[in-house]
Amino acid sequence: MKGRKTIALILAVVLAVCLSACGKDDPEKTLTVFNYGEYLDPAMIRLFMKETGIKIKYEEAATPEEMYTKFKAGAVGYDLLCTSDYMLKRLIDENELKEIDYSLFHYKDNIGKKYWDFTKSFDPEIKYTMPYFWGTVGILYDTSKVSKKIDSWDVLFNGEYSGKIVMQNSVRDAFMITEKYLGYSLNTTDRDEIQKAYETLLKQKPDVQAYLVDEARDEVVAGNAVMAVVYSGEAYLGHKYNPDLEYVVPKEGSNVWLDSWCITKNCRNTEAACRFLDFLCRDDVALKNFEYIYYSTPNETVKDNLPPEDRNDKSMFPDDSVTENCEVNTLTDPETNELLNRLWKDLKAN
Amino acid sequence: MVEKLKNLISRLYIFLIILFLYAPIAVLIILSFNDSRSRVRWGGFTFRWYVTLLHSSQIRAALGTTFLLAFLSAFISLLIGTAAALGIYSMKKRNHKLMMMITNIPMLNADIVTGIALMLWIIQFMPLGFGSVLIAHITFNIPYVILAVMPKVKTMNISIYNAGRDLGAGPLRAFFELMLPQLSGGMISGFFMAFTMSMDDFVITYFTKGAGVNTLSTMIYGEIKKGIKPEIYALSTIIFVFVLVILMIVNNMPAREKANRKVA
Amino acid sequence: MDKILGKRSALAGPYVIWAVGFTVIPLLVIIKYALFDRSGAFTLSNILAIFDPVHLRALVFSLEIALGCTAICIILAYPLVLAISRLRFARSGFMLVILILPMWMNFILKLLAWQMILSSNGVLNMIISALGITGFDISNTPLSIMIGVIYEYFPYMVLPVFDAVVAIDADVIEAARDLGAKKSTVFWKIIFPLSLPGLMSGITMVFVPSMTSFVTADILGGGKLQLVGNIIEQEFIQSMNWNLGSGLSVALMIFILISMTFTVNRNEREEEEAW
Repeated sequence: MKGRKTIALILAVVLAVCLSACGKDDPEKTLTVFNYGEYLDPAMIRLFMKETGIKIKYEEAATPEEMYTKFKAGAVGYDLLCTSDYMLKRLIDENELKEIDYSLFHYKDNIGKKYWDFTKSFDPEIKYTMPYFWGTVGILYDTSKVSKKIDSWDVLFNGEYSGKIVMQNSVRDAFMITEKYLGYSLNTTDRDEIQKAYETLLKQKPDVQAYLVDEARDEVVAGNAVMAVVYSGEAYLGHKYNPDLEYVVPKEGSNVWLDSWCITKNCRNTEAACRFLDFLCRDDVALKNFEYIYYSTPNETVKDNLPPEDRNDKSMFPDDSVTENCEVNTLTDPETNELLNRLWKDLKAN
Repeated sequence: MVEKLKNLISRLYIFLIILFLYAPIAVLIILSFNDSRSRVRWGGFTFRWYVTLLHSSQIRAALGTTFLLAFLSAFISLLIGTAAALGIYSMKKRNHKLMMMITNIPMLNADIVTGIALMLWIIQFMPLGFGSVLIAHITFNIPYVILAVMPKVKTMNISIYNAGRDLGAGPLRAFFELMLPQLSGGMISGFFMAFTMSMDDFVITYFTKGAGVNTLSTMIYGEIKKGIKPEIYALSTIIFVFVLVILMIVNNMPAREKANRKVA
Repeated sequence: MDKILGKRSALAGPYVIWAVGFTVIPLLVIIKYALFDRSGAFTLSNILAIFDPVHLRALVFSLEIALGCTAICIILAYPLVLAISRLRFARSGFMLVILILPMWMNFILKLLAWQMILSSNGVLNMIISALGITGFDISNTPLSIMIGVIYEYFPYMVLPVFDAVVAIDADVIEAARDLGAKKSTVFWKIIFPLSLPGLMSGITMVFVPSMTSFVTADILGGGKLQLVGNIIEQEFIQSMNWNLGSGLSVALMIFILISMTFTVNRNEREEEEAW
């Protein structure tokens, strides 16, 4: 008797909350945007809404895999995604994306040719993606604690700085730099090469202080580690917090990564989506956005308007000679990925 | 003399435990006054994060969602969970065991498993939004309430209730006046634990939330990569001080219950 | 009395509905993933994968961490509960909330704070080296993972144990003392047995989640050590192999349920003996 009343009460509350929470939005006037955390200046979202009257529903994710999982489940109808090279390749291969209508763009040419060329490595005809931010992977090190200038991955593997090295806690990043160090392609599917890379990592493990993701930069800034493998965007901040820190892309080459926007195949308002992407390319918006994020921008007008010390920052805008040695990660072969994941678990277990 | 020494030792022990529990909180409070965006560099003393915090509508919205979610889910879990503890205890042994096993499941699974499974199931009948997160939070909160209330149910003195009934109290009145007070300690613990679990959860919230719904946890996770915004430390400090002050005030009010309860 | 108790089981109604709807059905979803491979063929290999040496090692390591943390929580909790219950009642309520308050701060922030305290240049090492001890660095070790886990779950042990101890009739303890029982006898013969239901709840709430807490291992363990939770997380997110992830998860669940049934049965026997 009492139980039934309680059930009724609970159901009523839950129902009321659910209904109030799922208010309907007009699909014509709404864009649902999925992006990495802190990867777009919120003021720019407000500006876009004010200028166009289109409502943005914004969601953030920490990793491309989390994004993919949620996108694939299909519970939220995302219109626009911003994610990384290899994930974009996967989405294109799985036929999840819609072509971007570049004829609607006014500011497309703000993005430099070099970055459209990067795009071709996963989107050969440049139909589905628009470059947003990019960078390299390299070593961030404390110049006051090393004896000579660092220019090679060798310093991570020769034991000289045993216990003072921070590696990236991700299968792909760990293997990519090791494959580069050994002179292979970072997209290699050759089992022997991968096995060699694994053995090298295994031998290195006792020298590694920690495998970290987001905290890697802070460990060097704080002086707990001498060097860390980081993304170039982190290097800028690291240098700002501690001027002794330098960033280098080793001479053996490295990974150059590209985060790009794409429109999903279920997007209900392609025109609005293109308008949003074009808006992001606009000179003033791209500049404000760059100042918020401080990763390397492919937008040439932004670069031209920066003060010289930023424009000449080599970690932010490396010379072409540096990036020529680098490769974009486009490995989507399931068997190779399975092997890498397997070896990564073995590495951690030893 | 011996008694005094014992009191001193027990107070010292409480102090050490509090030191352990509050050490990281002290770090967070110090960071909220750090005039550097890096958590590992001291850039001088500042109040500016408290000022910028006031202007952040994002943080305000996330804070509101977090507390609403924590309160609603803890309250609903308290109702369902307390009733469940009473019910399960009086079940036959086999059903009792089965129900306790089911109760453990949300705790047994890694969050990621619970989160993805709930997401896959919930999207079958409703779009992801605030409602779906609430359902998920209630689901993982109920077990904590049951586990907190169950020991109280086991040690509850049912004869008080029976005596009340014999003396002519209606079943509802006897329940609320004679049985519930015996459970109140466990219920309060359960409510607080549920509230805390809800405030802290990230993974399950992430997979069951819709676009535009943000809690403090999901916001903080999104920020780790670029470095946590110092405003978050300022916010934590404010929440902490606010709750502490309320506690002090409540503590200094004459305690009415004191007379009603026995102390071990 | 039986009649009243019999009727009361209906109170569990709403929970039964909820549990079936949002615990059992999602569990079936997971079991379904666990029993099939990527191509959709039935297989037991995902569940049996727990016996793979790498996974087994992670399971054993998780077990060691979880058992160690649970034991330390119990050892730390009892003196605290007794110390708090010595205080006046209003005070003891206040003390409990003081225990809970740190839990309201976001847990990732607290972990990062612990990382700063424990790191080689951190506060702890500064204090220790000021005392003249060198070469003491626990950052990125199992010990530092344990500190994080204990920190996270300790209050979940204290609260139910406290509730149970406070409920003990003061007259019983008084009577025992009057009859000349020593302090330790009072504890082992009265307080401890009567607090067992609370202790069991506490053990469940500490032991079970600490098996799967992977973020703590990643941040405080420096990513060099993997708990079974880390492996499940890696399979679900990085490898996107839900089948294997689910399989390991189901195996872990079976493992914990078996060990819990064992402890619960023992506990029931002890409870009966205590009476």
